Amino acid sequence: MSLLLGALTLGLIYSLIALGVYISFRIFAFPDITADGSSTLGAALAAMLLVHGINPAAATMVGFGGGFLAGAFTGTLATKFKINGLLAGILVMTGLYSVNLHIMGRSNLSVLGSSTLTTYAERAGTALVHHASLSVLGWEITALEASLLVGSFLVTALVGCVMYIFFQTDIGTAMRATGDNPEMIRALAVNDQNMIILGLAISNGLVALGGALIVQYQGFADIQMGIGVIVWGLASVIIGEALVGTRQLGLSITGAVMGSVLFRLLVAIALRLGLNPNDLKLVTAGFVFLALITPGLLKKLNRSRTGSAHA
Amino acid sequence: MLEIRSISKTFNAGTPNELRALQNVSLTVEDRSFVVIIGTNGSGKSTLLNAVAGCFSLDAGAIFLAGKDVTGWPEHRRGRLIGRVFQNPFTGTAANMTIAENLALAAHRGKRHGLDWLLSKNLVSQFRDRVRALNMKLDDRLKDPIGSLSGGQRQALTLLMATWLRPELLLLDEHTAALDPKSADRIITVTEAIVRRDQLTTMMVTHSMQQAASLGDRLIMMHRGRIVHDFRGAEKKRLRADDLLARFEEVRRAELLDESAAEMLRRAYV
Repeated sequence: MSLLLGALTLGLIYSLIALGVYISFRIFAFPDITADGSSTLGAALAAMLLVHGINPAAATMVGFGGGFLAGAFTGTLATKFKINGLLAGILVMTGLYSVNLHIMGRSNLSVLGSSTLTTYAERAGTALVHHASLSVLGWEITALEASLLVGSFLVTALVGCVMYIFFQTDIGTAMRATGDNPEMIRALAVNDQNMIILGLAISNGLVALGGALIVQYQGFADIQMGIGVIVWGLASVIIGEALVGTRQLGLSITGAVMGSVLFRLLVAIALRLGLNPNDLKLVTAGFVFLALITPGLLKKLNRSRTGSAHA
Repeated sequence: MLEIRSISKTFNAGTPNELRALQNVSLTVEDRSFVVIIGTNGSGKSTLLNAVAGCFSLDAGAIFLAGKDVTGWPEHRRGRLIGRVFQNPFTGTAANMTIAENLALAAHRGKRHGLDWLLSKNLVSQFRDRVRALNMKLDDRLKDPIGSLSGGQRQALTLLMATWLRPELLLLDEHTAALDPKSADRIITVTEAIVRRDQLTTMMVTHSMQQAASLGDRLIMMHRGRIVHDFRGAEKKRLRADDLLARFEEVRRAELLDESAAEMLRRAYV
């Protein structure tokens, strides 16, 4: 049971990263690898501040701000300096590795002794149910596990709603149009470069927010923790699209969250069934590869089938 | 008023693909004038429109619009003054967004983009009225993505978007060339109605001699990056499609003459 709860909670936290990836990959069609560095940046900033006794909410927001700046930087490289988007992301991600080491002072930093959002959630949960554990449908779960799940759900729901509203405002719609058709949005007097910079900033802000929360969930920040998050995020987005489709913004956002949770559950099950954790990234990359080529293959298959029907 | 002062543009300068697209072109378009531009392939007529829209930087010359020197303005800044409809129906609209969202972006052209909710009820009812006036059965489809519409419908909406806020200048770049004849006629009717109603200053590039003869109050013929004819007033009114074809033939013959003359000179002196 705690395996299931853990996977759900982690899936919800990682869905913030998935939402960030959704903005860069899907809304802007921008392959932004900065996420690998900015998730660690958010984690490093939050961990360093928490160790120094800063308020956890403030530390988390600083993490978001760090990612925001990193994304704006990638956006500036890609637009104002006309560097290929993929390369701009790689440059910032590589630079961030050193920045993150400087922030943490070493390659990993524990926050177990500090008060974090996790300890806040635990306190709130215990105060609400007056027990250290409770039983749900006959399962015994601890107040900590339950409150973390509820807490991460609330954060994700809040971020999802804000995103849903934002992308229907004046500026949010202009951003979606920039990703859809930059030529058109320029003709409508919108500076498409600024839209891309702001969009990547928001995207990486969310990714870093995810990183900052992961630190408080798992109790430490690690310089390597960001490697591959872009593929995890993309996997979540793709699963979400398979679940709910791509027709509506609200559905896409919900889908990315659902995709992230489902992905974490699958990972937990696979690990339980004996998958070597070292193989996890390879399997994930393979999964994303298959998910990316399957729609094209299906189309081809359909066409050849109708083609032979005509013959 | 639009004032183009001796602008030049060479693409791929110094390479075998060098193209002198605009050579010292000057043109003044008075307010509320409707200029039709025709020309041979590669004559620079679309390049002229793109130069005004700010799609590339000029090699020489200056462009003034509504009393402002816009020569150094980037494309999006000129977008505040200029409405554009493109040849490709896919270029003027965002395919994955709804009709209402596309129109709303046009209704906000040049205004500061803030955190206001884009689609107000008032705006949507305005959209419905104006879209209904197009007579294309689109008024119940405001929430459909534009990508699901036909090319003609998309061009009509782009036209509506380009003129939603009265532009200082309307640029139409062969905006019916990619459409079937019936849709093209429909778009031309809509174009005429909007231009007349709002008294817009308009520049329209076309391939159709028919359109060139019947539309506008001034006609410019381009060839090899230069303006070779400029008909206005009564002379423009008298022009028929056959006259234009004859003029094209003239231009072509003059060019042959030029080439043979050059050959003769080469033989004599080299």
